[in-house]
Amino acid sequence: MNVEELHQLAEQERKAQAAFKNRIFVCSGTACLSAHSDQVKEALEAEVKKRGLEKTCAITGGGCRGLCAAGPLITVEPQDVLYQNVQPSDAADIIDSLDGEPVERLVCPPDHPFFTRQHKVVLEHEGKLDSERIEDYLAVGGYSAVIKAVTEMTPQQVLDEVLRSGLRGRGGAGYPTGLKWSTVAKAQGPHKYVVVNGDEGDPGAFMDRSVMEDYPHRVLEGMIIAAYAVGADKGFLYVRAEYPLAIKRLQLAIRQAQRLNLLGPNICGTPFSFTVQIRLGAGAFVCGEETALIASIEGGRGQPRPRPPYPAESGLWGKPTLISNVETFANIAPIIRNGGDWLAKIGTEKSKGTKVFALSGQVVNTGLIEVPMGTTLREIVYGIGGGIPNGKKLKAIQTGGPSGGCIPAQFIDMPVDYESLREVGSFMGSGGMIVMDETSCMVDVAKFFMEFCMTESCGKCVPCRVGTAHMYDILTKITRGEATLKDLELLEELCELVSNTSLCGLGQAAPNPVISTLRYFRDEYLAHIVDKTCPAGVCKIHKPAVDETPSLHASEVLS
Amino acid sequence: MQRDRVALPSDDKRWRIVQGTMRRHGYEPDALIETLHTVQEAFGYLDEVALRYVAASLQIPLSRVFGVATFYNYFMLKPQGEHSCVVCLGTACYIKGAAGVLEALEGATGIKAGQTTPDKKVSLLSARCLGACGLAPAAIFDGEVAGMLSPEAAVRRVSEWIDDER
Repeated sequence: MNVEELHQLAEQERKAQAAFKNRIFVCSGTACLSAHSDQVKEALEAEVKKRGLEKTCAITGGGCRGLCAAGPLITVEPQDVLYQNVQPSDAADIIDSLDGEPVERLVCPPDHPFFTRQHKVVLEHEGKLDSERIEDYLAVGGYSAVIKAVTEMTPQQVLDEVLRSGLRGRGGAGYPTGLKWSTVAKAQGPHKYVVVNGDEGDPGAFMDRSVMEDYPHRVLEGMIIAAYAVGADKGFLYVRAEYPLAIKRLQLAIRQAQRLNLLGPNICGTPFSFTVQIRLGAGAFVCGEETALIASIEGGRGQPRPRPPYPAESGLWGKPTLISNVETFANIAPIIRNGGDWLAKIGTEKSKGTKVFALSGQVVNTGLIEVPMGTTLREIVYGIGGGIPNGKKLKAIQTGGPSGGCIPAQFIDMPVDYESLREVGSFMGSGGMIVMDETSCMVDVAKFFMEFCMTESCGKCVPCRVGTAHMYDILTKITRGEATLKDLELLEELCELVSNTSLCGLGQAAPNPVISTLRYFRDEYLAHIVDKTCPAGVCKIHKPAVDETPSLHASEVLS
Repeated sequence: MQRDRVALPSDDKRWRIVQGTMRRHGYEPDALIETLHTVQEAFGYLDEVALRYVAASLQIPLSRVFGVATFYNYFMLKPQGEHSCVVCLGTACYIKGAAGVLEALEGATGIKAGQTTPDKKVSLLSARCLGACGLAPAAIFDGEVAGMLSPEAAVRRVSEWIDDER
């Protein structure tokens, strides 16, 4: 299909959509599906059929609206009414209301701070398109960035826009995307690869799953543009096997894009060719590390190797490979459409654009949010998140998963960007943000993450394999009230050793949760060790018999 | 193609599906993980017969095939129960009390996470993160995600399976 035909197809679809008086989008993300949104959709379809409204009212499976806790969510267009907690039995009332006032009892107020305080770039379509139809995506301007790039721009011009945007990797480390692209573009060789890292293994993070489920074409569009800019001819989407819906939709999207000649030989009638394959992960957290991921695509055990050489020079099968996170690729299309300067205006001086976060834990509004870089934690937790439920007090916010840290409540007014998070000993990570209240024991939290790293260590290097197990043992002793101050000293020594000598990011960052909780919640560690109590009441500590050696009180040790 | 001649382990039709995956990837060694996924989808788990067959077909040492099969958590080397319950132990679920859910389920079934009841009715599994953090604590009962679970609700779901069989 050539460019003219693609424009025609988009126009056709827009006309077809405009012919409907109403369009109803039923969220079909994992969270709403588990609240039986599929049954709601069926009930609405049955109701429309019963009344013979098929020609005027379209029922469509839509994407995530973010407020997962209030699912199933449905949106009625063109009124732009959002309904929450919808049940199949509400279908008749909703169809009844199409010509009049919305169904009051189901309405999610449009001025709900959860929605008004966000800024959507990656999630700009707000779930109002059917992720299983490429026509829907074309109708909202999808693939126009690909057309613009391959027909009007040189690879260098595409690169320059990405550089100008200041976009940094959304996988966590924040390496400048434009710089990475330039390195791959400069590398010599007949074959180059583009790889999407969709192995979202961080517990507490589900942004990438949502992007892949709702906007699979958006991810493909980013890949195609990247391949054009760096000169790659083949791409791989590495997706967790635990995300079956995302896999299904990406497979469908690839077939649709091939049919319209947006993938395959001579894309849009130009000499540029690019193909994409999906590869499934198999449940190994370490495969989020780029060299381990490459080993896994090659069919081996997901074990990392030392860098340099970086994958940009020698990656998949020893060829130059551009590997980035899902959200990074999802940022590319708007950059090409609106120009790099447009994205550079959003965010802070060093962290440009927006970031999608998965907000969960002890917070009223759990779900998926997108905010400009530099937004304060207070705005996220209290403004968008609606604060802590049950009148409890905020204790800490965990970011960055097992590689990140716990930010104590005192930093609530801190802006969220790559540098600020590092300064307080945490990490952007891929975007999990877990709110903890006073019922969480920070030693137990550290133990939880250490158990994770210990189990997920691939076993290749000794510091990570043995060190994490040893740290886990000490943390277990502390939570049982069996540790001494000597153990605490050893734990701190191990933190330093493991982070300095491990081979890959998993091991190097594994001590972070311990380091950050020791830095801000040392009194809790001491309460377990010296007073043999767990201040949050989480750990089961057996009190020693009375005649044991009297121990120092925590406050005396601290002073 | 030459390597199609590696004899199928039996005349079970499912081996043809496995063969199809390998053929689609041109019998290249990097098809290993994809092939193991197909085997698990078709047979429910990976047994020694399957591992030997895949190794011979892709001309990869059996040790490497076994290494890959045991490296990844997703691959099962033992048959699973008729029903499965996967409890999410991700951070958000942990904060919201997933440990209590798992403990209650272990109590009700008499098995630990990762095991199957002796009558092969129920497998109890744990997951790193289901990506359903907004619904914490969450679990998957026979492929269906259930969120905001209490230990009692979880036990009720699993008891239905056990009672059904009595």
